[in-house]
Amino acid sequence: MGERILEVENLTVDIPLAVGTLHPVQGISFHVDRGETLCIVGESGCGKSLASLAIMDLLPKRAVRRADRLVLDGKDILNLPESRMCDIRGNTMGMIFQEPMTSLNPVYTIGNQMIETLRRHRRVSVEDARDRAISLLEKVGISAAASRLGQYPHQLSGGLRQRVMIAMMLMCGPDLIIADEPTTALDVTIQAQILLLLAELQREFNMGLILITHDLGVVARIADRVAVMYAGQMVEQGSAASIFTHPAHPYTRGLLDCIPIPGKTRRGQPLGSIPGIVPSLIGTVTGCRFAARCPRVLDVCATDPPFRDGPAPGQAYRCHLDSTGSEPGAGATP
Amino acid sequence: MLVYSLKRLALALVVAVTVSIISFGLLYLSGDPAIAMGGESATAEDIQAIRVFYGFDRPLVVQYLDWVARALHGDLGKSYYFDASVFDLVFQRLPVTLTLGLSAILFAIALAVPLGIAAAVRPNSLIDRLALLISVMGQALPSFWFALMLIVLLSVTYPLLPPSGSETWAHFVMPTVVLGYYATPAIMRLTRAGMLEVLTSDYIRTARAKGLRPPVVLAKHALRNAVIPVVSLAAVQFGFMLGGSIVVESVFALHGAGFLAWESISRNDLPTVQGLILVFSLIYITLTFLSDLVNAWLDPRIRIG
Repeated sequence: MGERILEVENLTVDIPLAVGTLHPVQGISFHVDRGETLCIVGESGCGKSLASLAIMDLLPKRAVRRADRLVLDGKDILNLPESRMCDIRGNTMGMIFQEPMTSLNPVYTIGNQMIETLRRHRRVSVEDARDRAISLLEKVGISAAASRLGQYPHQLSGGLRQRVMIAMMLMCGPDLIIADEPTTALDVTIQAQILLLLAELQREFNMGLILITHDLGVVARIADRVAVMYAGQMVEQGSAASIFTHPAHPYTRGLLDCIPIPGKTRRGQPLGSIPGIVPSLIGTVTGCRFAARCPRVLDVCATDPPFRDGPAPGQAYRCHLDSTGSEPGAGATP
Repeated sequence: MLVYSLKRLALALVVAVTVSIISFGLLYLSGDPAIAMGGESATAEDIQAIRVFYGFDRPLVVQYLDWVARALHGDLGKSYYFDASVFDLVFQRLPVTLTLGLSAILFAIALAVPLGIAAAVRPNSLIDRLALLISVMGQALPSFWFALMLIVLLSVTYPLLPPSGSETWAHFVMPTVVLGYYATPAIMRLTRAGMLEVLTSDYIRTARAKGLRPPVVLAKHALRNAVIPVVSLAAVQFGFMLGGSIVVESVFALHGAGFLAWESISRNDLPTVQGLILVFSLIYITLTFLSDLVNAWLDPRIRIG
């Protein structure tokens, strides 16, 4: 893989509430290389969306962001003033959101919104920006692109709007695209098209792509690496192949048990599920966040689990159990 | 846009016809107008004579059509009190009221919209509290009292502005402030509420994700969406000011149409009241029509179905 596009180290998001402080993101670390697709997986409320907003510095005003390192293209973007962050957003780093129906401004044409993105960051004429918008709309599979520029969002379907959104974020040729559940709000038939489009564009533009999703089917198709989040923490990371063939964390295993596999899952056999609910993220929590739902919980799980190397190179997970499933102390080293 | 405008225009015409029927019917609201005009000492013959003279003996439909035909030619009948045509009376007074109404609504918008935006950008800040205070005061102060206090301050204690009359622009300053301030709270609160809602919308997040600078996000992407309901409100407020400026006009002795309406009502001068209601209603309908057009221009979802 190529150069490192994004490096996130120990990213934390805190949101003060009346009843205590909410800790939706509790010190997560990951990186994305050029030409690489990282999928961040986890159930609703695990902090994956807030983590991505934290990278963009687009968190709600009350939220407090902290990190040891946040590096984009070799430059520290953790302590940048807002005006410098503005120069980066939409330029070297773009974001695609979950709700295509509401993510475009209803009172401006598609063309207006696309052209302003490029002209915000580059000194180009309106005509040149228009030409680029047309070529990008064609690239994302929109027919009659030139006439689409004069249309308003409400004249387009959800799938088309998401394509416009993708094209708009590509206007400046970013190094990194963060896509936050870009297909959740779309029809099932459109979902696959949009994801394959993203994967294709990622290769063509040689960008880094962070795809946030809870759809493991999606992950299996386009991820190079996978990061699994649970209750604000990163519980497992590794190459897509290693996560799918030998998941090490009990939560990852639980997630994989939830999807049917053709030929392996028998008809009528109940699909796996993970009992229990996600713990509250308000106040200080210690110990393994997954302990209350874990089928293999031990006494030691009341203390914070360590990060361990998984069975495959580059795979790591946060658990007291080692990757063969043995209890702590059974192995030679802690 | 053209189709939409024509539809709106047709609707406005329907409303205008309805209003004309209602204001025509006003004449009959107090019973037989011939008896009212004849007075207490009139004999049955006198009343019959009045009836024939004014055409009250004809069928209502004929009377209405006749009245509409005359109104379209600028003949709104004769005032019972003044020896003048209602049309002349109304249009003699209207410029003062229109000037006052227009300056007041502009004053209100100029004060309320920036304040509403500032309050929405920083909710619960000092400026938000200040805006709230201003709007609560605007709602609570009776306009006659506020008008009198202004006169005491700016005409008596510090003689800067003339207390009454309508000769120069200086005469309109205090009435404008009083009338405009009255319209400020609603416009400001609606601007603030609209901006607060719009600022949390997904497309504002998108605008920020594109790296647009905060002033551009605010002015281009948020304001245009937030201001759409404000346009309709301002049009209604403007219409209301034209009709509701009676108090302000009488305090500042501005002899406008509002003042005329008050005089005519107390004098039982029905044709004048009728004419004023018709003219005010038509202005109101025009304003609503125009605000619909402005909104259609602002919001493509309205003009492109």
